[in-house]
Amino acid sequence: MNVFKLSWKYLTFKPLSTGLNLLLLALGLAIITVLLLIQNQVEKKMTQDAEGIDLVVGAKGSPLQIILSAVYHIDFPTGNIPMKEAMRLNQSRLVKSTIPLALGDNYQGYRVVGTNHDYLALHQVNYQEGIAWEKPFEVVLGATVARKSGLKVGDSFTGSHGISEGSHDHEAHDFKVVGVLEPKGTVVDRLVMTSLESVWLTHDEEENTELVEESDAEHQAKFHSPVAKTGFPKTEIDRDVTALLVQYRSPMAAVQLPRMINSATSMQAASPTFEMSRLFELLGVGVSLLQGLAFVLIAISGLGIFIALYNSLKERKYDLAILRAIGASGLQLLMMVFLEGIILTTLGAIFGIILGHSFLALLVFQNDQGVAASLQPWVFLKQELWIVVYALLVGIAASLIPAWTAYQTSIAKQLTKA
Amino acid sequence: MLFTTKDLSFAHPGQALLKFPDIQLNSSEALLVLGKSGSGKTTLLNLLAGLLQPLSGSVVLDEIAINQLRGSGLDLFRGKNIGIVFQKPHLLAPLSVKENLEMAHFFAKTSGQAIQPLLEELGIGSKINASVRTLSEGEAQRVSIARALANSPKLILADEPTSSLDDQNTEKVIGLLKSQSQKIGAALIIVTHDQRVKNHIPNFIEVKAS
Repeated sequence: MNVFKLSWKYLTFKPLSTGLNLLLLALGLAIITVLLLIQNQVEKKMTQDAEGIDLVVGAKGSPLQIILSAVYHIDFPTGNIPMKEAMRLNQSRLVKSTIPLALGDNYQGYRVVGTNHDYLALHQVNYQEGIAWEKPFEVVLGATVARKSGLKVGDSFTGSHGISEGSHDHEAHDFKVVGVLEPKGTVVDRLVMTSLESVWLTHDEEENTELVEESDAEHQAKFHSPVAKTGFPKTEIDRDVTALLVQYRSPMAAVQLPRMINSATSMQAASPTFEMSRLFELLGVGVSLLQGLAFVLIAISGLGIFIALYNSLKERKYDLAILRAIGASGLQLLMMVFLEGIILTTLGAIFGIILGHSFLALLVFQNDQGVAASLQPWVFLKQELWIVVYALLVGIAASLIPAWTAYQTSIAKQLTKA
Repeated sequence: MLFTTKDLSFAHPGQALLKFPDIQLNSSEALLVLGKSGSGKTTLLNLLAGLLQPLSGSVVLDEIAINQLRGSGLDLFRGKNIGIVFQKPHLLAPLSVKENLEMAHFFAKTSGQAIQPLLEELGIGSKINASVRTLSEGEAQRVSIARALANSPKLILADEPTSSLDDQNTEKVIGLLKSQSQKIGAALIIVTHDQRVKNHIPNFIEVKAS
């Protein structure tokens, strides 16, 4: 027997009241943990995914939508832009390099991105298996896509029209997997990447089925000639792309280029940094609201712990006197009450952190194609230690008055009252 | 002399001064403190246990003046050397019988008497792991006696230990207190107004409100 065990016995003697306080505290701390984890990881991911992209050019529309669709692949694109205009932009002296993107298809909800090898280089990918595409309809799979679909190099699959699941399939031509990427923890994990030509040809077939039958030779030339590995593919007809990822040549470009594009062309320019900080500002209200709720929960649980300790002390005054009579010092009783508060809040903190991580794991599990999918629920942050410290402070604050009362209990008075 | 008091007096705030007769006890001796309700019997007990500080006079147990000890030193001395049996058992409800006795060992920082044989002697050996909430009144009072004896104290103080017990249990409790205190060589002081106790212990002093 020792003071710690005695505190523990008193805590478990009232399982309901102890449990309720534990739950309240854990819930408050779980919300803080989730917010902390999401904030930390989403921000990190958002910057990671947008690395090397200074500006995104798309069809006129919401700049935020352009960023979300072309950089993070979560929203729908605003439309397409003529490739000619995009190519003209590429020749501007303000532009260092551009990467064209063609969106419009998906495989089981994972987006098919038509682009060139520069996109792979931008995301610094490594191959688990295979190589990059060389011909139309050859694709490289992100790690998550490969894992969830079970596709390997050499397999083929049919893409579906539209960028979300559930639209009609492109049955005319299958995609063939030539490469699978290593997991990077970035947006490429959940993309199917292929050449611009693949995306164009898929849609050509759809539209032209009742038109002239192509000769075998033509078909051969179209479908089996190597694709452009960098820059824009050569085409005879006017083609569209969905968006253009731009890297500036100089900081000057940040001032001039967006204005020039927005006023002088039919396209819309959007800066990832600017749009993302705008988005976080908008989300900030919700985040602060949740944070506020969490703090209210913690304050209530602190109050609950205080009331529980205080009430139980009233019932226990005789117990305290008895403990003093059998040799316990006032300091030991002070310790006993403090320990009760501290044990309760430490358990609450641990429980809360586990709850927070489990909640995030559930979120990731339920949402395997959105942004949440690439969150790591079992990564522990240093800030979580602060949660424990914070909980301990709540525990100490809540047991301050009850502990002092216990310390001051006059034995003789208590025992005489009987 | 194992235990002596001299010229003890005490005044509750706003009340008349209480003066107590001197006590002299050798080891294994027993003494009754008799008096009417409100005569200050319990106050005397509190003074003897060091739970209250006397206005004047001294309480000496085994050559140590209890009234000069303070703070945790006094608490520790009390835990080691004085066993107190209260009017009601007042066991710690969350703990088992054994754990209640272990608390006494822990706070007095001694290993004291082995718990199992002690409980056997008091006739409640089978209750060692029982929750104290399942005990009957008589059993609970015997556990509280066991708790007072757990550290083999030099002085055993009992405050109306039989007031809520029937004749049979009273007989048992007084018998146990007597035999156990003699076994460990402790002085025994019982504060009571219970006539049934007088038959067992002839030696007594009387406290009168002056």
